[in-house]
Amino acid sequence: VNTLCQIAANLAGASQRDVPAKYAFSGRLLTMVLIAAGMLFAMDARAERISDISQTSIGEQAIRFFTFQDPTVRYALIGSILLGITCGLLGSFIVVRKMALVGDALSHAVLPGVALGFLWHTSKDPVAIFIGATIAGLAGAIAVGVIKQTTRLKEDTALGMVLATFFAVGICLVTMIQRLPTGNKSGLDKFLFGQAAAMGPDDIRLMAIVAGLTIVAVFLFYKEFLVTSFDEGFARATGFPTRLIHYSLMLLVAFAVVISLQAVGVVLVSAMLITPAAAAYLLTDRMNRMLLLAAFFGMAAGASGAFLSFLGPNLPTGPLMVLGATLVFGVAFLFGPRHGVVTRWWRQHSRSQRVQRENTLKSIYHVLESRNFQGEGVSLVELAERRRESIEEARQQAKSLCTHRLATLHDDGNMIFLTPEGWQLACAIVRNHRLWELYLTNAASIAADHVHEDAEKIEHVLGEDVVRELERRLDYATTDPHGKSIPGLSEIRKGASGRGKPDEVVGYGGQL
Amino acid sequence: MNSLVPAFNFHDVFVLPWTTGFSSTVWIVLMGFLVAVACGLVGNYLMLRRMALVGDAISHSVLPGLAIAFLLSNSRSSTAMFVGALAAGIVTTIIIETIHKKTRVKQDAAIGIAFTSLFAIGVVLISMYASKIDLDQECVLYGEIGFVSLEPSVQLAGATLGPMPVVRMGIVAILTVLLIVLFYKELLVSSFDPALAFSLGINATLVHYALMCWLSVVVVSAFESVGAILVVAMLILPGATASMLSQRLPVVLSLTVIHAALSSVLGVHLGTWLNCSLAGAMVVAGAGLFCVAWIFSPSQGLLQRFWHRQKQPEVQFSEAA
Repeated sequence: VNTLCQIAANLAGASQRDVPAKYAFSGRLLTMVLIAAGMLFAMDARAERISDISQTSIGEQAIRFFTFQDPTVRYALIGSILLGITCGLLGSFIVVRKMALVGDALSHAVLPGVALGFLWHTSKDPVAIFIGATIAGLAGAIAVGVIKQTTRLKEDTALGMVLATFFAVGICLVTMIQRLPTGNKSGLDKFLFGQAAAMGPDDIRLMAIVAGLTIVAVFLFYKEFLVTSFDEGFARATGFPTRLIHYSLMLLVAFAVVISLQAVGVVLVSAMLITPAAAAYLLTDRMNRMLLLAAFFGMAAGASGAFLSFLGPNLPTGPLMVLGATLVFGVAFLFGPRHGVVTRWWRQHSRSQRVQRENTLKSIYHVLESRNFQGEGVSLVELAERRRESIEEARQQAKSLCTHRLATLHDDGNMIFLTPEGWQLACAIVRNHRLWELYLTNAASIAADHVHEDAEKIEHVLGEDVVRELERRLDYATTDPHGKSIPGLSEIRKGASGRGKPDEVVGYGGQL
Repeated sequence: MNSLVPAFNFHDVFVLPWTTGFSSTVWIVLMGFLVAVACGLVGNYLMLRRMALVGDAISHSVLPGLAIAFLLSNSRSSTAMFVGALAAGIVTTIIIETIHKKTRVKQDAAIGIAFTSLFAIGVVLISMYASKIDLDQECVLYGEIGFVSLEPSVQLAGATLGPMPVVRMGIVAILTVLLIVLFYKELLVSSFDPALAFSLGINATLVHYALMCWLSVVVVSAFESVGAILVVAMLILPGATASMLSQRLPVVLSLTVIHAALSSVLGVHLGTWLNCSLAGAMVVAGAGLFCVAWIFSPSQGLLQRFWHRQKQPEVQFSEAA
């Protein structure tokens, strides 16, 4: 293991050296190699072989899981957490690079490598399998690239073809190995669907190394990965070795796929790459937060999958982990604070409710204005006529105003009286509307009969600052292009001072 | 290593299957051919629409549909299986569209999420109700085409037609050809130019969902013999090979059929020689044919490109400049 990792690190170093020394790669690389080496020495976990899981009740199994007495449980849990973190981190880059299905192709492409690695010792030697699988995965990634470059086939076709072909080769090899008379064949089929309980200390060690390597690589080369992910043209123009970065990422993804095989299985590894990262993608717009969230989600999914598969006698770990990740994605999809479907629907709904209320208030203001602010309340009939609606609809509107304490209903619910808040809001909306109309006619030279539609929309979203700015630019005008007066700040603050009874604060609530 | 790859013996590999093992070989070859034809023809349209990986997704997500159909109907009847597969295919398509349209997650990630989740549900169901569902996990992955001739035969009007799966696959393949012939124009136009299709009054959404439904039917009937993942190969490889050789859709479709036949026959011989999974060997043979086409294609093969470049070095020079 040590040598393998050193070789990988040295290889990376060697290829880096060819790059013009614009970016102090070498320093960071050295750090990385040192950290990797340090980790290797630190990792000295030795423990007895896995004990077999005996079949007991769910409760006992759960207790056994949470006491962490059993080494099997510890290995399964640690392994799942490690692979969750690794896959989450790398998956984030894969998702933002729109390469989600490259992960899928890579995970299927490793199968022949797994089989060959298995063949090497005719037993389950993690290191041999690791090397074989990584080589096969990279060969798959390169094959996709070559097919895309040299033929007219589209990327999805190339991916699907490589995925299925490599997998078919792997299937042939697996079936050939299974009929070999020699060697221990058990465990190879576990690579298809994963069994976390079959992990041993060697596997865990390998996983820890890869996880550490990934964390360090992401930490040290964060800028490189970030820039090439979001703007490859810019990255190339500024001299980043984009192809090298692409293939290093592929190498890391291949590592991640390989360590996840044991627990998740060939078929579903891509889900551990894609799903937690996609969930994180829905929750944040910052890459560093996305990385953290994705790693956390991956970890949670891994741990829950390990736990659930431990409960039943014949439950595969991989699918349960994937379902855990899907659950997280589902929650993010529905309830994510910004992009969630339900939250967005709710936001839209409440916004349209607010707009509707404001329009009703405006209509009430118009009714009051049309009779020169004589009389206290507005009847439902008047409101319905003004809004060209039925009485019932007007009643609904009025009730909605009441629940928001913008108006009160009297005379068996037939008369609407605005509360001080309602009056203020109505004045503010009308003011926004008329100021905007005036601004459009003055500043944008739009005909006075064309400005209403636009103002009708913008009146609901003009902020305080914009309104102040409009007032200033319009020189505190008091009349709109249609000759109607713009309710001033004093009206908004006090109420109906413009009605000719300036000292009396009346007209908006009805002093009953 | 020697025990892994058996010695090549021409008589054993090429003659014996067609003499002593004739009755089983012919059904296996026929089954492989029918699977590859049905999948390959549908796959052509998937590739044109850049939906090759949707085929991948549906071939995986058919699994929970089958598992649930087994559980609900308690039988292995074809009707239940087809209904389950159709439902699963439509659900997959809808999930992908929903994730893709309602959020900023891109289509590829949406595909990845949808099919892995559904496949995971399928695997969990199968392992939880292993006694009730007559599907095993490995069969799901790579099928077993080798036992096809052992299935009970179908009798129709006194004549023995052949093993049940072969007859079923034959019907599906013939229907596929018929559907393509009948709706050739609709498929062609909506695949190449959705806007033109719209102006011609072709309902592109309907064509899309119909294609997805038919894909599910093809996948589920191929599923048993080649398994979920090798179906993807059957979907993509024939069409990809054909499109290396021609740009005309009718020619591509005929080449697809030829590729299907060749890969099926060669696959059986390869599988016999290596004594491995026959479905896997068929895919490997198909991939080999693709590589041949890729290298030697007269219009866009690697050799031709190389030759072209040798002949006109100035082109490359100007590109570099």
